[in-house]
Amino acid sequence: MYEFVSGPLVWISFGIFFVGLLVRVIAYVKGLDWQKDRVAYSAAGIPGAVKSIVYWLIPFKSQAWRDNPVFTIGTFVFHLCLLAVPIFLLGHNILWDESWGISWWTLSDMTADWLTLLFFAAVVFLIIRRIVNPDVRLLTTGYDYLIIAIAAAPFVTGYMAYHQWFDYKTILIIHILAGELMLIAIPFTKLSHFVLFFCSRAQLGMDYGIKRGGRYGRGICW
Amino acid sequence: MAEEAAVANDQNLPPLANRTPVKTEEALKTLLADRGGKRYYAELKELDVDKEALKKTLDMTFKSRMKTWLEICAHCAMCAETCLYYIANDRDPKQTPSYKIQTTLGEIVKRKGDVDNAFMHYCMDTAWGKCTCCTRCGIYCPFGIDMGVMFGYLRGLCYSQGFVPFELKIGAGMHWVYNAQMDVTPTDYIETVEWMVEEWEEYYPGLTVPVDKEGADIMYVVNAREPKHYPEDLAEAAVLFHLAGADWTIPSTVGWEGTSLAMFAGDWPCCTQQVKGVYSAMERLKVKRYVGTECGHQHRATITEGPYWAGRKDGLPPGEKPSLHYVEWVLEVLKSGALKLDPAKKIKEPVTLQDPCNYIRNHGLTNVTREIMSYIAEDFREMSPNREHNFCCGGGGGLNGIGLYRKERDIGLKVKRDQILATGAKFVVSPCHNCWDAIRDLEEVYEIGITWSFLKPILLKQVIVPDHMKPKE
Repeated sequence: MYEFVSGPLVWISFGIFFVGLLVRVIAYVKGLDWQKDRVAYSAAGIPGAVKSIVYWLIPFKSQAWRDNPVFTIGTFVFHLCLLAVPIFLLGHNILWDESWGISWWTLSDMTADWLTLLFFAAVVFLIIRRIVNPDVRLLTTGYDYLIIAIAAAPFVTGYMAYHQWFDYKTILIIHILAGELMLIAIPFTKLSHFVLFFCSRAQLGMDYGIKRGGRYGRGICW
Repeated sequence: MAEEAAVANDQNLPPLANRTPVKTEEALKTLLADRGGKRYYAELKELDVDKEALKKTLDMTFKSRMKTWLEICAHCAMCAETCLYYIANDRDPKQTPSYKIQTTLGEIVKRKGDVDNAFMHYCMDTAWGKCTCCTRCGIYCPFGIDMGVMFGYLRGLCYSQGFVPFELKIGAGMHWVYNAQMDVTPTDYIETVEWMVEEWEEYYPGLTVPVDKEGADIMYVVNAREPKHYPEDLAEAAVLFHLAGADWTIPSTVGWEGTSLAMFAGDWPCCTQQVKGVYSAMERLKVKRYVGTECGHQHRATITEGPYWAGRKDGLPPGEKPSLHYVEWVLEVLKSGALKLDPAKKIKEPVTLQDPCNYIRNHGLTNVTREIMSYIAEDFREMSPNREHNFCCGGGGGLNGIGLYRKERDIGLKVKRDQILATGAKFVVSPCHNCWDAIRDLEEVYEIGITWSFLKPILLKQVIVPDHMKPKE
């Protein structure tokens, strides 16, 4: 079992992840239509696209991030931990080094442990926000919780495995499966915003850059 | 009156509520005779949804951009606080833009067009009664989901099924029949202009309006309201062009009018016909550039979106020089000195400025109006928020003219009312017809003691008339 989930299934899930995301991006770009979208897509829109992405990748850079400071901190902590912990975890790097001969800068186990707790705090915050804020509550569906669960499961199981709670081997298998499930789910669910965030932001940035006033002065300030 | 009674009672009359745009003068008159759309709205309750056609339209026009927008929305509700209707309706969660679009367009897409009459009514009430398509929410969404654009698209779907507010069915009909938003013909227009010149040339000797002048620098395009209800606006424009020594003209044919109620209605083929009329006049007269009057949605329909409806791949209108909104022309002549204002006549009282969404947020002319303010006002006070973050006046997207959603519109006006009050200014400069109307109406409804104005009357009060252009005593 362990050999399968830590061997072929890793390849399969990474394959689905990369190919799936590539397909999503290609399908997105192919589905753009200058006349229906009413945007004369061209290289002239690139600065607008870059600006649109950068303003939203930096905390408090856009007006909306500034207007919602608590949510901004919550969501940035959530996403940064979600990306940084699995990629820079020492344990994961050792695995990659063994399999593919690649590794990079790593987090100390202690740091990763704290970042995981920080991640849990962000998850709890996002869930509470979904329950407490009436606007968010009205919009929220079971699907939204499922997405959070898919993203949180590798952390919960990873934390349990690291601290050797319950049967280590079993937990480890569940942890690997949870990670693989997330990788596979990304192209097929809302988690596709992993790449579609960039597509969508770039598109609106081009819209503003090319058509909606990009030619004038400072352009749109997000 | 006889005609109205006939329309109200005539059992043999084909239904007024239908999926066909109004394209003849006769049909338009019949519809107009149905006062307030009483019969129209009653019939709308019985109108079937052509589900096949709806699905076909979705298949052909619902592409990756909007598909992605609907799919990846994280339901974070950051858009709630950005919507004027959400704020004006005591932060009703059902006014959150994301909720409004997911429960309308989102459902139509999910059900592949399999929706009923009641659902289409809900869509109509939402697309027009709860959204002015100001696109403010879109600039606050982390994913760049532009719900205003999607509501525009939803309006198009509703319109194609016949679910459109009465006045906008008429409005689009006006554009089909007259190539203008009102029943004003080119002849009516030219006669009104000539009448205005006669009235005003006593005070401005040599005042003329060059009609159909080939190769002119500027072709000036107006809003049909001006000849119909505010002819002095035409005179003011003529005087300002005259004093600035502009080489300008107006067309005596289709193309003299640049607005598009068809855009508010979601009648895209009609938008195309309308804007092509303007472009063909520009090409026929071989003018160097277009200048449009102080109207926001005219600029959007003719300059921002229009090139796409007309199939122009570069996204730009014709003309060898860039097309201008009136405020851009004003700043140009103020900067060049062609039009000189008397600094002593600057407005002394506190004054604030309305940022029309259609050419500020959606066409970047943010600093143009502010520079103009520095010429005309001593105590200019910004609203908060302002520039591209400004709130819609509440009258955008056709909301000023829809009787059915008057109540909703009036509630929405509270946001602009409070913004104006917070500045402490009692005078609002509003270089847009719809904003001007909305601000007039908010004064009528809420009586906060303000006055408001287009730029033209202000400029005319402050302009220095060169001696040789003054009337001989």
